[in-house]
Amino acid sequence: MKRRIKTMDVAIYLIIGVFSLICLYPFLMVIGGSLSTQKEIYEHGYRIFPSEVTLGSYKALLMNYKSILNGYTITVIVTISGTLLALGVNAMMAYVLSSKQIKYSRFLNVFTLITIMFNGGMVPWYIVCVNYLHLKDTLWALILPMVANGWNIFLMRNFFSAIPYEMYEAARIDGARAFKIFRTIYLPLSKPVLATVGLFTSLAYWNDWWHGMMLVDKAELQPLQLLLRNIISNVQFLKTMNPSPEMQSLVGSLPSEGIRMAMVIITIGPIILVYPFLQKYFVKGIMVGAVKG
Amino acid sequence: MVSEVAAKKTRGKSTGNNILNGIAGFGKELVKNWSLYLMAIPAMVLLILFKYFPMFGIIIAFKDYNFRDGILGSKWMDPLFENFAILVNSESAWQAIINTVSLNFLFIITSTLASLALAIMLNEVSGKTFKKLAQSITFLPFFMSWIVVGLFVSNILSYDNGIINKLLESLGREKIMFYMEPQYWTFILMLVNIWKGVGYGAVVYLAAITGIDKSFYEAARIDGATRWQEIRFITLQMLKPTVIILVLLAFGRIMNADFGMFYYVTSDVPMLYPTTDVIDTFIYRGLRQTGDIGMSSAAGFFQSIISFVFVIVCNKLANHFEEGS
Repeated sequence: MKRRIKTMDVAIYLIIGVFSLICLYPFLMVIGGSLSTQKEIYEHGYRIFPSEVTLGSYKALLMNYKSILNGYTITVIVTISGTLLALGVNAMMAYVLSSKQIKYSRFLNVFTLITIMFNGGMVPWYIVCVNYLHLKDTLWALILPMVANGWNIFLMRNFFSAIPYEMYEAARIDGARAFKIFRTIYLPLSKPVLATVGLFTSLAYWNDWWHGMMLVDKAELQPLQLLLRNIISNVQFLKTMNPSPEMQSLVGSLPSEGIRMAMVIITIGPIILVYPFLQKYFVKGIMVGAVKG
Repeated sequence: MVSEVAAKKTRGKSTGNNILNGIAGFGKELVKNWSLYLMAIPAMVLLILFKYFPMFGIIIAFKDYNFRDGILGSKWMDPLFENFAILVNSESAWQAIINTVSLNFLFIITSTLASLALAIMLNEVSGKTFKKLAQSITFLPFFMSWIVVGLFVSNILSYDNGIINKLLESLGREKIMFYMEPQYWTFILMLVNIWKGVGYGAVVYLAAITGIDKSFYEAARIDGATRWQEIRFITLQMLKPTVIILVLLAFGRIMNADFGMFYYVTSDVPMLYPTTDVIDTFIYRGLRQTGDIGMSSAAGFFQSIISFVFVIVCNKLANHFEEGS
């Protein structure tokens, strides 16, 4: 009996351990690849511990810092402004939906619900964005389409609904207007759900390539993810961006594979760095969303 | 509310008066709660622009769309269902539809099982550090964009430098050109889907497991239950409602494929379409690459309508189940 429990424990640790390694492996492989020489990759493939470590790939990317910096700037601007806008707009709507005093709250709830249940699909969406809203090749194309989100509105509404209505009424009697009550009572009491929605929204903005791919052709508006894709699909891209003879010779002699790997490290770096600090909030957020969403 | 309606009925002698009263009531309500309605406006405007306009734009499936004349200005198809006729006769469209449903079905089943298994195993782990570390690592792939994941996959499967082919080479076996062989991709995509989503799924199920009343386990232990029996008869039984609801909700989205996965992980290689092309990539190609907007919008219309039905049915079932349990 005791022995059986022990083997089960060992088996569980083993399975989880192996699975964790599988989850980690691509990351280690990319780090190793970014530090490898061309020869090493051709002979042995991507190694986690290359026998000869070189920073050449990072140097090549550094020479192109302008386009990478530009991609970063776009992504950071879009992520910050998009997240703040989304939080503000969705929280206000959620507050209105949770309000017990307005007559048309049922209409507003259904109005929001329909956007979750039904969508027009890609083709009309694209045509509306390009032909009617003229978002093509604007920074707004990367921000606006993702701001209003029915799921997040309902998630926050559920949270707001749990705040005692008496607090609202008391503030009302003290002469506070709806917006002031929202700002001074509801928002401070709702930090957990705001943090959750904020984190998930900012992750979505950081990783977004869809809106850039659909609506942005201009090179100077390309977010980081699309820059990454361009470099992955074509290392020659670097040459055309920076046609200095130095760059030409560097790209010619360098592992194009290594440059790809280095670019991946540069784009996912920030996420990996903040991840350990934010993970617990994400976990809490998933629980809030899973149980009540 | 009821008395208000009744009052309106007696006051208004004709329907015209009713409408006038209605408008007056509407105005009064807006004046009374103007600040609240003002706060709803930004979200409403954005939802109208990005959700409702495209919903009405769905009529382009019945039109001979051209960009100059726009949605309303373009001529209707003659016959009206011509776009759909073309769609129905297209072999690649059928392939995309079948792939979408079958791959999503496979994904729902396998990722649910994998997440459940991981959550239960993590729950059985007594070492706190190990548990935390394992959870962090398995959750990490969730944070990667599909572009990054696509590169990971191509690194592993690459003909020249990929680890699998290096391994086959060292074993003296023939290397495989994965990006030319569609038969492997159902399995590859399934693994990628599990790899990316299992950490997230495990968190959901772990949350549900933490919610189980501890006294069940104590009682079982007194009765001499083994750990396997505890998992089988308590944990799994108690998780059943959560699993069923989540699976039902996932089935509601079975017509919608994750575009990023099917576009970037497969590198959009046409050779792989027989097993990897889905409705979303099919529509995207028609819209942005081949310029076949008619067939593409018909496919989109089909997808929207069918998914709507699925969402409604699955939500109803999930609600029904939630109340029943």
